[in-house]
Amino acid sequence: MEQTSRISLRPLITPFNMILGIIIAMGCIITILRFTGGLAAVTHLDDNNPWGIWIGFDLLCGVALAAGGYTTSAACYIFGLKRFHAAVRPAILTAFLGYALVVLALHYDVGRPWRLPFPIFWQQGTTSLLFEVGLCVFLYLSVLFVEFTPAAFEWLGFSKIRAFIVKLTLVLTILGVVLSTLHQSSLGALYTIVPSKLHPLWYSGYLPVYFFVSSIFAGLSMVIFEGSLAHKYLHHKMDETHIKEAHGVILGFGKSASFIMAGYLAIKIIGLSVDNNWHYLFTDYGAWFLIELIGFVALPSFVYAIGVREKNIRLIQWTSLWTVFGIVLNRFNVSLIAFNWQLSSAERYFPGWMEIAISLFIVAIGIVAYRLATHFLPILHEHPEYQAH
Amino acid sequence: MTISRRKFLGWFGGGLSATAVSAAGTAMAGGNHHFEGHPDTMGVLHDISRCIGCRKCEEACNRVNELPKPEKPFDDLSVLDKKRRTHASYYTVVNRFEVDSKPVFVKKQCNHCMEPACASACFVRAFQKTPNGPVVYDESVCVGCRYCMIACPFNIPAYEYDDALSPAVTKCTLCAPRIQKGQLPGCVESCPKEALIFGNRKQLIKIARERINKYPERYIDHIYGEHEMGGTSWLYISNVAFSKIGMREDLGTTSAPQLTSGPLAAVPIVVGLWPVLLTGIYAISQRKDKVAAEEQAEAVASAKAAADEEMKQQIAGVKKQAAKEKEAAIKKEVKKALEAAAKEAEEKNAEAPEKKEE
Repeated sequence: MEQTSRISLRPLITPFNMILGIIIAMGCIITILRFTGGLAAVTHLDDNNPWGIWIGFDLLCGVALAAGGYTTSAACYIFGLKRFHAAVRPAILTAFLGYALVVLALHYDVGRPWRLPFPIFWQQGTTSLLFEVGLCVFLYLSVLFVEFTPAAFEWLGFSKIRAFIVKLTLVLTILGVVLSTLHQSSLGALYTIVPSKLHPLWYSGYLPVYFFVSSIFAGLSMVIFEGSLAHKYLHHKMDETHIKEAHGVILGFGKSASFIMAGYLAIKIIGLSVDNNWHYLFTDYGAWFLIELIGFVALPSFVYAIGVREKNIRLIQWTSLWTVFGIVLNRFNVSLIAFNWQLSSAERYFPGWMEIAISLFIVAIGIVAYRLATHFLPILHEHPEYQAH
Repeated sequence: MTISRRKFLGWFGGGLSATAVSAAGTAMAGGNHHFEGHPDTMGVLHDISRCIGCRKCEEACNRVNELPKPEKPFDDLSVLDKKRRTHASYYTVVNRFEVDSKPVFVKKQCNHCMEPACASACFVRAFQKTPNGPVVYDESVCVGCRYCMIACPFNIPAYEYDDALSPAVTKCTLCAPRIQKGQLPGCVESCPKEALIFGNRKQLIKIARERINKYPERYIDHIYGEHEMGGTSWLYISNVAFSKIGMREDLGTTSAPQLTSGPLAAVPIVVGLWPVLLTGIYAISQRKDKVAAEEQAEAVASAKAAADEEMKQQIAGVKKQAAKEKEAAIKKEVKKALEAAAKEAEEKNAEAPEKKEE
């Protein structure tokens, strides 16, 4: 009782909410411009640069950062690390919202969004890596939706159907891992068709492996980062179990991320050696590549390890944000910065402000949806009638 | 039932390679197939050394494809001052390059690859390589994802970015409808210098080779498009190095579908292996939990048993001790009583004689 009264007293008009409101209002206006004036009215895309930040950020980063869903549920339900149980629901919620927003963002980017179901239901281009991405994202979004429903059913009081869905947990989790492996990797594999356009330091036969492995630590880092935000701003919504397990989640995930990033670094070096691209390291692009690899993979991996050894929760939380930046940097490098590197600077792409505004708009919708969901649904706490413990 | 082993394996192999072909759309390393392109495919040979940059081909292209009229008329050659690429409103462009202070003109349009990147990349099969040469586009299914434009190594497909409701990808069709009617492509028909020849691709390669052999001092010894990206229907011969006139020589000879066949081949591996492996891991972790629980229960039970036993022994010991102590106490009391009695008796005896003496 005391909790609910505290929530209702929280003011709705805060500076943060006002900024969110402005972004969403602006997004609505640009949406109208986009669907009346075409892509040219709001983007800097052109014939040489058909993909901008709506693909580089909204799709590539969105999908990578929503990887917390499959990594967390796999850790808990398949690998049997039950002490991470409290982290599963927020991770599934973030993943579900993340993928839903990726699909929403695609409606802005593709020319005729109402035809998005065509490749799945009408005419399948099975030779395309984008078909694999599309099919898996569609299926995985459905899986995430089903995985998310128990929280909603608890809230609605549908205990029978909830019990049925909960029985499917293992199957859904395995399906989630299979589908995530496929589409996370095929997002990287999209670029295997363009050895002539992507800089050799980023182009590699290992692109699908890079994208998949980096999605794992992206997902883990996102769970840590988002958890630390939730603890700061939504602490009142959490139950004792969630708060008690939080440190274990941060330490466990930080440790895994550290190891996986070290492995990622190793396969990046293998890729560099296989294609014998060492000489490119001494060029401008090489310096940029090293900044990405050392500054945003090797170092955060090391700092994660220190944080885990010293049990320094705050250090791990800051490192998770650092790693998330590294993922964004990597996806930008592949899709925008090292892409079309041979074109003259006049022919290169830089996003227009309205493109950035739409990307912010999508993120803002995500934040509002997350807050609404955690407000009404048993996400950060267990429903009193369905406690597992 | 007279299915021989060989026959059975033959079916099996056929099924496998059919799956492989349908999955990657082309010959893959694993299958024993090699796609060399449709045998009677048509193409165009562009002899760059003959092009004078008159833009007649651009004009014809605009006319036969009913494209919007350009700002500057086609006889305005100042357009050539700026390097251009294909665009939604022009499917072909002629560019001028200065090589050794001499102008060289190059026509640019879709090369109609033998194994097109756009067709391989399209997730809704909007592009198709027709057996007679043209790579054609079906607007009625196009979603507008523009992956074809990303994939094209020649930067050819363009997009109608300013169309809000029905934007389409645009590119040269090799005048497929005209070819069907037995006509020449618009650009070829209008070329006054015979810098463009339309014909059977194999024949065109022969012609190109003959010209190079006949005038080795005039031509570079390379037919551009014979092998680039797996070969293209458009072929080029030139009197200057291709890299100097905006044509990339570093594209390699691997076709686009082959570049992506590796990642596509990983799909059945992931789909086949992951569920089995993950179920196994789940079973192992369950078993570990179970064993741990059993071991814990056992440990608790044995600890309890040991404690019980100890307790029993202790109680027995205490009892024994108590009994002993009790016995000792009784003995002591008895002794005490006896002693007291003896003393009393003695005292009585001592008193009695005294009384007798009185």
